[in-house]
This record gives sequence, C-alpha cells and structure tokens, in this order.
Amino acid sequence: MSWESVIGIEVHVELATRSKMFCGCAVGFGEEPNTSICPTCLGLPGALPVPNEVALDSILAIGLALNCSVAPTSVFHRKNYFYADLPKNYQISQFDAPICGEGHLDVTVDGHTHRVGIERAHMEEDTGKSTHVGDGGRIHGASSTLLDFNRAGVPLVEIVSKPEIHSAAEARAYAQGLRAVVAELGVSDARLEEGSIRFDANVSIRPAGAATLGTKVEVKNMNSFRSLEHAVQYEIDRQIELVESGGVVVQETRHWDEEASLTRSMRSKEGSSDYRYFAEPDLTPMEMDEAWVERVRAALPELPAKRVDRYVASGLDGSMAEVLSGAGAPIRELYESTVAGGADARSAANWVTGEITAWQRREDTGSDQIPLTGTQLAELIGLIDDGKVSTSAAKEVLNGVLAGEGDPGEVARERDLIQISDVGAIEAAVDAVLTDNPDALSSLQAGEEKVLGFLVGQVMRATQGKADPKLVNEVIRARASG
Amino acid sequence: MDALNIARAGEMLRDGSLTATDLLDRVLKTAADTEAQIHAYLSIDRSGALEAASRADSELASGVDRGPLHGIPVAVKDNMVTRGLETTASSQILSGYVPPYDATVVTRLREGGAVIVGKTNLDEFAMGSSTENSAYGPTYNPWDINRIPGGSSGGSAAAVAAGSALVGLGSDTGGSIRQPAALTGVVGMKPTYGTVSRYGLIAFASSLDQIGPLSLTVLDSALTLQAIWGHDPLDATSYRGEYPDPLEGIGKGVDGLRVGVVKELAGEGYEPDVDERVSSMVEQLRTAGAEVVEVSLPTFEIALSAYYLIAPAECSANLARFDGIRYGLREEGETTEEMMSRTRAAGFGPEVTRRILLGTYALSAGYYDAFYGQAQRVRSAIREDFARAYGQVDVLVSPTSPTVAFKAGERTEDPLAMYLSDICTIPCNLSGDPAISVPIGLDFQGLPIGFQVMAPALGEPMMYRVASAVEQLAGFDARPDLELVAG
Amino acid sequence: MPVEIDIAHVARLARLGLTDTELEHYRGQLSVILEHAARVQELEGEPEVNVTHPLGVVNAFRPDEVRPSLDREEVLGQAPDARDGFFVVPPALEL
Ligand SMILES: [Mg+2]
Ligand SMILES: [Zn+2]
Repeated sequence: MSWESVIGIEVHVELATRSKMFCGCAVGFGEEPNTSICPTCLGLPGALPVPNEVALDSILAIGLALNCSVAPTSVFHRKNYFYADLPKNYQISQFDAPICGEGHLDVTVDGHTHRVGIERAHMEEDTGKSTHVGDGGRIHGASSTLLDFNRAGVPLVEIVSKPEIHSAAEARAYAQGLRAVVAELGVSDARLEEGSIRFDANVSIRPAGAATLGTKVEVKNMNSFRSLEHAVQYEIDRQIELVESGGVVVQETRHWDEEASLTRSMRSKEGSSDYRYFAEPDLTPMEMDEAWVERVRAALPELPAKRVDRYVASGLDGSMAEVLSGAGAPIRELYESTVAGGADARSAANWVTGEITAWQRREDTGSDQIPLTGTQLAELIGLIDDGKVSTSAAKEVLNGVLAGEGDPGEVARERDLIQISDVGAIEAAVDAVLTDNPDALSSLQAGEEKVLGFLVGQVMRATQGKADPKLVNEVIRARASG
Repeated sequence: MDALNIARAGEMLRDGSLTATDLLDRVLKTAADTEAQIHAYLSIDRSGALEAASRADSELASGVDRGPLHGIPVAVKDNMVTRGLETTASSQILSGYVPPYDATVVTRLREGGAVIVGKTNLDEFAMGSSTENSAYGPTYNPWDINRIPGGSSGGSAAAVAAGSALVGLGSDTGGSIRQPAALTGVVGMKPTYGTVSRYGLIAFASSLDQIGPLSLTVLDSALTLQAIWGHDPLDATSYRGEYPDPLEGIGKGVDGLRVGVVKELAGEGYEPDVDERVSSMVEQLRTAGAEVVEVSLPTFEIALSAYYLIAPAECSANLARFDGIRYGLREEGETTEEMMSRTRAAGFGPEVTRRILLGTYALSAGYYDAFYGQAQRVRSAIREDFARAYGQVDVLVSPTSPTVAFKAGERTEDPLAMYLSDICTIPCNLSGDPAISVPIGLDFQGLPIGFQVMAPALGEPMMYRVASAVEQLAGFDARPDLELVAG
Repeated sequence: MPVEIDIAHVARLARLGLTDTELEHYRGQLSVILEHAARVQELEGEPEVNVTHPLGVVNAFRPDEVRPSLDREEVLGQAPDARDGFFVVPPALEL
C-alpha cells in the first residue's frame, strides 16, 4: 500500500519586546536566574496582567505577513494545567477567539511551490525554565528541579499550520520560510538554537488518497531545521512500519532525540489533559480596528516572498533570487544601489552574493557595514563589461576598494590592473607567441581546439595578465584561419 | 466619647481638638478590650500605625492635608497585600507570607495619609458568608458574640462596628461587604466593577471581586470611596473614563426619584422582621417624595445558581498558583506533583477545597456547556433584566440579607444554606453595578437589619443620594454594647 | 437531575491530594450543590452571551516599558526551598 503523510506544524515565536507580555520585566535580561521577576510574572497573590501593546503590534505584523485575517475582536483565555515552571498554573493564551485567523505561506521544494494554509496565530506567554539536577541532597538522595522565572511571561506568538504539509522536506521548507518572515519583520531574534523560535510537528499517515486523517503524533524538541526534517521523516517511517506490521498509532507526544536520531514517547503532563479554557477575567477584549491594522500594515517591511518575485521580474533566476533574498539587509541594499547605479542585475547579484559575502565572512568585522557603495560596485562591473579589467583582476580591484584605496578606476590604475584592449598591442603579442610556437599553431589549424587555451595562456603571461583574454582569443583564431 | 466617624474626626483633627495619635490610641484601646471576644483582626501593626499617625500629626500641623482619610485609622481585609506585613487571606496555605508589594488600594490609603491599624479576618480567600471559614479562627459579631458577623469581610465589619477602626476595607464578590455590613449594623458598599483597582487583591473570582468601604455613615463611605477609586494602569479592568463625584447627591433627598422594589427579593425565606423593616423603609421613602414601584427581575431566581458556577470556576484557576513553590506552605513529596497535591490538600480549608472542586468540575470537558457556559448565559440575562429595570427606575431596593446575624456554627455543615445568605447581594456582582447596605434598625432580638440600594453602573452618586436619605429616615444610632463584649 | 461526578479525576485535575473518605464527602456535597446550580438550565430562551466589562473597557494595554525587577533575595526568602538564586522543587514525574 502507498502512504501519504500529513503534517501540521506549530511554531512558537518569542517576541523581542523590551518588556514581558503582561508586566514590565525586561526580556532577555542576562543569565542570572530570577533577576527579571515581579509580582505578575511570578504569579504572586494579587498581581494582575496588563498586555504589552508592542507585542500585539508584533502579532498583527506576523499575521499580516502570513496573509492571515485579523479578528475584529479577540480575547485571552486561561489554559489550566499544573506545571512547576508555570507560575500561576495556568497560561494566559487564546482559545476560540485568536487575534489572527486563516492565512497561508508559500513554500518551494525542488522548484515546486506549494501553498501551506495557516489555521491561526495567537498570543500567549512563555513559561519559566526548569533544570533537573541530581544532587544527593534532600530526600533520600533524590534529585531536584531548579526553577528560573526570567523567561516566564515573555511574549510568545503561536502559529498553527493546517495539516497541509506532506513531506519532511516540505516541513523543513515551511519552517524556514516562516522563520525568514519573522526575522524579516524584526519582531523576534528567531534563533532556533536559543529557543526563540520553536517548532513542533503533528505527524500522521493515511493510505494515499484517503479523505480522513490518521491518528496524529506530536513531535517536539527539534532545535535545527535539519533535526526537524529528520524527526518528521523518522516519525513518518516509524508510523508506516508500525501500521504495516499490524500495529496501531497512538495519539501521544514524542521527543526527538538528536543523538540517537529517533523519537521517544513522553509521559503525558496530566493523566488526561483537560485544559478547562475560559475567558481570562483579568483582561478585557481587544478590538483590532482598521486604523490599528492599517498602521501595522503600513510599517511592514518587504517580505521574502514578495522580494523574490521582484528579483525574478528584474531578471534574476529563481535560485539566485532566493539566495539574495535570504542575504542580510546590507547585502540586499548594496545590490539595490548597484543596480540603481546602472549595473546589470545578474552581475550585481553575483558580486554581492559571491565575492562580497565571502569578504564579509572572511573579515568578520563585527559590523554589518560594507565599505563599498553601489556606485563603486556598478563602476567595477562597468570596467569588466568594457573590457578594462579582467574578471580575476576585478577581484583584486574590489579588495583595493574595500581596503579604502579609492574608487575602482583609481584602484585599477594604481594597482596596474587595466587590461590591454588595444588591438595593435595584442596582435603584436600574439604574433610573437605564434612565432615561438609553430607546432601549436599547426595543431590548432588541424582542429585541435585544446591548444587554444595554451596559446591564450602564453599571451596572457607575456602581457602579465593584462591583455583582454576575449580579444586575445579572437586574434589567435583570426591568425589561425588566416 | 461616642463612636467617631471619619467626617467628625476629620474636623477635630483639623481644629486641633484631636490628634491622630490620640485617635489611634483610642482605637487600639478598643481593640485591646474587644479582640479577645470578637477577633476582628488577624494582625495589628502597632508600630506601623503609630508611625503613620505621628506623621499625620506633623503633616497636619504643618498644613499638609492629604484629604479625608488623613490620620484616620483604617482596617484592611487580609486579602489585600501589604508590603512587609503578613498577608494570609485567612488561609493556612499563606501562613507567614510577607508580600513584597502593596496593593493599589493600600498605596492609595498610604498616600492619603490613612493609618493602617492592621489586617482583618475573613473567610478563607473570601469564600464564605460568616467569617467562620478562617484558618485562624472565626470572628464574632459585636452585637452578640455568639453570632457570626457575616462574611467574608466579617473582620472589617466587626472592627468598624466595635470601633477598633473608623473605617474598613472589604472585598465583595457575592455580597462580602454588604452582607456583613448588614449583620453588624454598619454601612457597606460595593462600587461599580472596574472603579477600584483589584491590583494586590488576592483574587477569588476576578470578574466579580470589587473592593469597597465599610463605615459608620453613608458620608464616610463616599469619602472613602473617593480616596480609593480611580484608574489604575496596573489593572487592565480598571475604568479609564470620568469618575462621578460620589458626594454629589448626599443629603438631597428622594423627592421625585423613582425607587423600584425588587419583587423577587422578599417573601419566603425572609425573616419577618427583615421584611417588615424593609417595607416600612420603602413606605418612608414614598412619604419622603419617592415614586415607589414594584419591579420584577425574574432572572434573580437563578442568579445564585449562576454565581455558584462562575465564582468557583474562576477561583479554581485563581487559586492554582498556591502550589508550595514560590511562597507559603509546602508539604514535601517525592515529585513535584505529589508535593503540590499534598500542599494544596493540607493548605486549603474545606470551603475552599469544595469550591475549587466545584469550579474545576464546572469547567471540565463534557460539563462546560451545561454548567459554566449556561451560567454565563444566565449572567447575560441578569444584565438584561437590570437594564430593563433601570429603564423604569433610578434605584432598586431590597433587604441586604434575608436574615439577621445567625449563630456561630449554625450553617457550617450545610453549604447550600450558607450560600443562601447572599441571595440579595449576588445579582449586582453578576451585573457589575454598585450597591450599598445601610442599617435601618434592629430585629426583635436587637440584631441589625440592612437595607440595600442598587444603582446602574457608575450610578454611585444616585446610590449614595438614596442611601443617605435612607440613613436619615432610619435614624439608626444604636451601637453594640461593648461593655458586654469586653465582659 | 442527579449529577454524575468523577470526583477523583476532578481532584487530580485540581491537584488536591484528598483521601478516599474526603473524596466521598466532597462528592456528596458537590452533587447537592450542583443539583441546585443546574437550575441555570431553567433560563428561558438562549440569550447571547454578553459578559464583557460592565463599563465597556476594551484595549487596556501598557506601553512596552521596562520596570525594575523585584529583589531576588526578598522573593526567594518567601520560598519554601531555594538555592543559588533558584526556586527548588522535587523532580517532575516526566523525563
Ligand atoms: Mg502554545
Ligand atoms: Zn514581571
């Protein structure tokens, strides 16, 4: 039998606001435990929550970027469950009236673009962190758990996809696309390793073509895109194998074990989870009127998908457009200003994603600044197009410009890298080489094309690399056929 | 000296015939004489109060006037957190807990120069109608120490009735200010929901809880309200618009006002003396020029049922934070879950346990719609009933409690009977509207009877106007015999 | 209308470690109270649920401004068990 996998992804995005979701405690404040805490985020008796307006702007930005509908009225709910890292033993979250409703994100795998539906995006608060330690201490050598509430109450946006993802590769592409959007919006650090963006996958299988969904298993604990892809693939394979050998998939939560490369069943949090959601009485409804939504929409940056389209329209091929779109803002800005300076889009893209990105990595200046203007890069590309410098010499010119030696023209002259494009001078050099290598000339005339390279090389050497190789080529061919 | 009220003491503090320190001494002396019998306070902050009183004296002497509460001894119900002062909400689970912050109302009292005498007893987490559900022992009624003072703000009510404070703060979730006020012969008022900050009030049922004053007079009530209400950015449910002047209508009489008598809040289950006193007050209002009509609010019949689903549901979540981790009691266990379960079983008294179970059940899968969901529908319908009624009348009136103070222990074994104590007060919690209880006389046993005046949201000026007329018409000036109390 | 109550399940959801005797006691009381509470079903019609703030407060937000943290030692001083700046609890069952 052939199987179809059905995957939905839940993403938790920690917002990079200054203060927490419902209190004024600093977010991302140092490493010392319990140093960013107050009555509200510690759940002290009597404390009350008040929502952070910037966090709400952020979820609206995320929703709009993911083409979600925005609810005119939305409310917070309490999600009730006991857990040591949850100070109030309920999480302020959203239930049946989330801020953002249906939307979608287009993902491309192997050149095929697939639209993944988004179910909703809602606002909630993060939990504290618990660290399990064995300490041979208090109770008959029992271990214990240390609790730090610095993270408790940090704003989280949960984005839930529809079960419209059908392979591990698509799951990965969706996660990457989503991360790119969030990073572009600047609303989160969106770092997987640090947990500021976290992905859980709901995986099920069904006979290909079946209309109903199979039993889903929630897979957690993936902290890289690679592990997300592996975990989903593992889970698909595990379920197929299980069902084919007569077993039944049980609804459960499984942890991805990166080292062992497998998922493991977790014991559930409550005997049976019953979150007893009800509207949070400490908070009043949110009304997202048009003025608010439009204010957020107007402030949205250009999003990756739109940008890729624009790049493609301006002449880049799809994969270059993706690479450039995924590059940092300084690289993209340099690209834009280079094209504005008159350079060809493809050449500009090649330079900024190639040499200049490599330079950035090599130098690692700690700053985003690139000491090169679009005008300068456009000039450099012009020098190549006009045959004034060779492509290899151009790289040297670039280094000179980046080192602050001046504009490309100046650097090329100073470093003596201007190509010889004077036909007379090149003919003289070619003739000298042909005279010294009569055998090679005959071979070329007899149709042995590979000799051409050798002859061009000789001419380049004789001119210390300054001859325009295209011209040299033409002259040699003319002599051989003449 | 007679029992001093805020208005009179305020004059004396300003004309030099009384100092805040003397006033505090007097209050502390009364406490010393009566506490053994009444047990209104869980703790008295003698040194903090003395300091506040002497500061008030020097400020007033140098012309700094912080308003009507300046130098006035105030009792604070122990479910409002006080920085550096133990706050237990009468629960074992918070035994020894010293909060690191002040509730907003406490901050306002301090800024207003009030002298906080101490923290008063309550039914554990404000759940109860008799102040018997306290882990630290019950409070008794100054009018008869074999009887309860009502609850849950029974400590503040008893302190004001006995004179061990000039005014008290209480909280009212289903009648917890008004019912004890009625049972102890003082004035108790629940403001419009959202007008007094709940920040720092240990939550029982967040959508119903509201802090308000217990005082000797209607004027004192309005003066205290004025000092504690107003927008608080720390409470997201705090009202941000214009606040009316609560003093505006006091003393203006009821001539031409339309007074609605609630049909459903009389008859069966109401003590004859209560019914009789309330009816005669209604007649007095009519004589004073009010247009009196009977109004029917049929949903009141099921308000109690809705309340006993909504309040426990919210409390089941509000009290989840008491888990033995960050503060209060802990009973050890091998795992977090075991520790939490043991702590909570040991730390909560029976009434709190009952309500947590009730609320957990009402919210749980499969029962939500029939119970909690339906209760919310009833709540909506009650609001509609009120809106219809206020289309016809300016205020609604009723008894505050169907009975006078009952004997200690009389209802502790029968939760439902206890819950019926709040039948007259609960509707205004469900609607969020203001209501006040004014003492209007004594029953045949010499126990106080309260008269409730309800008004639409932000209708405090109208409510106080009618309440002050009721106060004047009743001419109630009886005081409990403290010689008897002191034994 | 007699009300069915799985009291042990409810107590576990609420993290109340009650004995069997206590559970039975509360089950009995709850069923009496719930029978009374079930009167909410006597409501005529199905009014729309409108239980929002009586004064219509909406959009009560705060600016994204940082306020100082509480003093850690003062806070941990109230904890039943604390160590090295952390609150300490016995291990969770999970993992
Ligand atoms: Mg979530
Ligand atoms: Zn905080």
